[in-house]
Amino acid sequence: MSETILDIRGLSKTYKGGLTALDGVDLQIRKGEIFALLGPNGAGKTTLIGAVCGLLRPSGGTIEAFGLDTQRQWRKVRQRIGLVPQELSFDMFAQVEHSVNYSRGMFGCAPDPKRIEQVLRSLSLWDKRDAKIRELSGGMKRRVMIAKALSHDPELLFLDEPTAGVDVELRRDMWRQIGALRDAGTTIILTTHYIEEAQEMADRVGVINKGKILLVDDKDAIMAKLGRSEARITLTEPLPEIPSALDKWHLTLEDENRTLVYAGAEGEGKRAAAELVKAVVAAGIGFEGIVTKESSLEDIFVDLVEGREGLAA
Amino acid sequence: MNLNLRGAWSILTNELFRFFRTVFGSILSPVLTTSLYIVVFGAAIGSRMDPSQFGGASYGAFIVPGLIMLTLLSESTSNASFGIYMPRFTGAIYELLSAPVGVAETLIGFVGAAAMKSLIIASIILITARLFVDYSIAHPLYAAGYVVLVAAAFSLFGFILGIWADGFEKLSIIPMLILTPLTFLGGTFYSVKMLAEPWRTIAQFNPVFYLINGLRWCFTGHSDVPIGLSLACTLGFVALCIAVIAYIFRTGWRLRG
Ligand SMILES: Nc1ncnc2c1ncn2[C@@H]1O[C@H](COP(=O)(O)OP(=O)(O)O)[C@@H](O)[C@H]1O
Ligand SMILES: [Mg+2]
Repeated sequence: MSETILDIRGLSKTYKGGLTALDGVDLQIRKGEIFALLGPNGAGKTTLIGAVCGLLRPSGGTIEAFGLDTQRQWRKVRQRIGLVPQELSFDMFAQVEHSVNYSRGMFGCAPDPKRIEQVLRSLSLWDKRDAKIRELSGGMKRRVMIAKALSHDPELLFLDEPTAGVDVELRRDMWRQIGALRDAGTTIILTTHYIEEAQEMADRVGVINKGKILLVDDKDAIMAKLGRSEARITLTEPLPEIPSALDKWHLTLEDENRTLVYAGAEGEGKRAAAELVKAVVAAGIGFEGIVTKESSLEDIFVDLVEGREGLAA
Repeated sequence: MNLNLRGAWSILTNELFRFFRTVFGSILSPVLTTSLYIVVFGAAIGSRMDPSQFGGASYGAFIVPGLIMLTLLSESTSNASFGIYMPRFTGAIYELLSAPVGVAETLIGFVGAAAMKSLIIASIILITARLFVDYSIAHPLYAAGYVVLVAAAFSLFGFILGIWADGFEKLSIIPMLILTPLTFLGGTFYSVKMLAEPWRTIAQFNPVFYLINGLRWCFTGHSDVPIGLSLACTLGFVALCIAVIAYIFRTGWRLRG
């Protein structure tokens, strides 16, 4: 097992109004991994990041990064952490390169034009280095945020919803860049509310809801639990009974035998549904429509929470 | 504690850079306004005033230190308050909060830059004033030290204001409702000796009165109050501001939720 780079124990945060955004969170992050914190809006992802990065005061618990206490040895810890927040927030009138240099200096690093050039080039920002940030497109602005966070070569990088509001193409691009960072040795913690994103990017996934971590596991194990898809096939003619060739999908018939329903199963995602369609065609069953539905994050949380309560009972 | 001096330097230079980016707005307008005061009150009206009321100096030379003080107070306060309020407003403050930067670095950076900006403006005004009135500086070293102290004091005050404010109107309301009246009533344009009772006594409760007279002593060698009292007043204000700022950082008030 690899070294733990971040160790969170019993972390809780109750905001001034009385809302408990984090409720006894325990979480260990391994050095060198991409960890995705997956949860719906309001789950407490941003609060968790804020507590680690010093943006807010935890109400309870401890956080150790690189074996150092983040409260007591904050200077040493913060020097080695980078943060890309959810919202685009900077001095819009500053120039790109100036802004990135400023970040590097604030983290106590000596100026290093070569290194900054590398960072800007790797994010395709070099040509825009003299542009004012406000003149850039949304996707480019987000890259400037990343460049600022990378300017002091952090060992641990937080990306809060890096692809929220980013179109599909840019999202793929962002994923590639995050992958490249991991390959360069940076440990990455990202938050997302897209299952697909966790699936695409992460080595491990933690599922958070209402301030509690529901489960943490390797991506494949999590996806097996989460990646459920349901398919409804509308038939041209009623089917008297389900042919035995389709047994393995445990189908049911509805609407007076006019609809074949595949309810999905744990560990079987879209691929199972696709296989099913091939088998239906092979069996010579005529159909005029297919509706597939991915279980939403909300469905999954309901399942997970019920599952937990079921276990406790 | 080892200070992140590079961080402090980075904030300081970035703030000054912002200042020079908008050089016309940030320098020209205070210089122009103050020059108008000097021309109208000092050169035009002042020539009809009796110098004996102003410790023998011309009226123009009498108001120069008052106007310098007016500039220092308003520029230091507004520069420092905007300097820290803007990143709070845009959200860019996240970077400061997540950086290895503490109270000391923040103060050196933001307050240092604000004080330097207002001192630059005050110097330009002082040089410009020379075109219109003939003043001299009796105690140049004291004057230099004193303006630096006052600039630092009100930059600290502005910093607190910028952390307290939760809207742009609040940033301007304190300078408008408190600082400007206190400065005008504190003897920028007159000597309290010219006032009748009870106004003469009331004027002594105005803290800015001591500041203006401190600088006036440095310029003319004459003052309505002893220089020691002015100095004590300014130092007391600096100490109070630093205490408030230390408290803000310790509790995270308005900075860390
Ligand atoms: N500054 C704040 N004051 C009060 N409540 C807050 C604050 N920030 C977030 N919250 C609340 O805490 C909960 C968790 O929010 P957040 O951590 O932003 O969730 P996520 O990032 O997962 O969407 C939400 O219910 C949110 O409304
Ligand atoms: Mg969030």
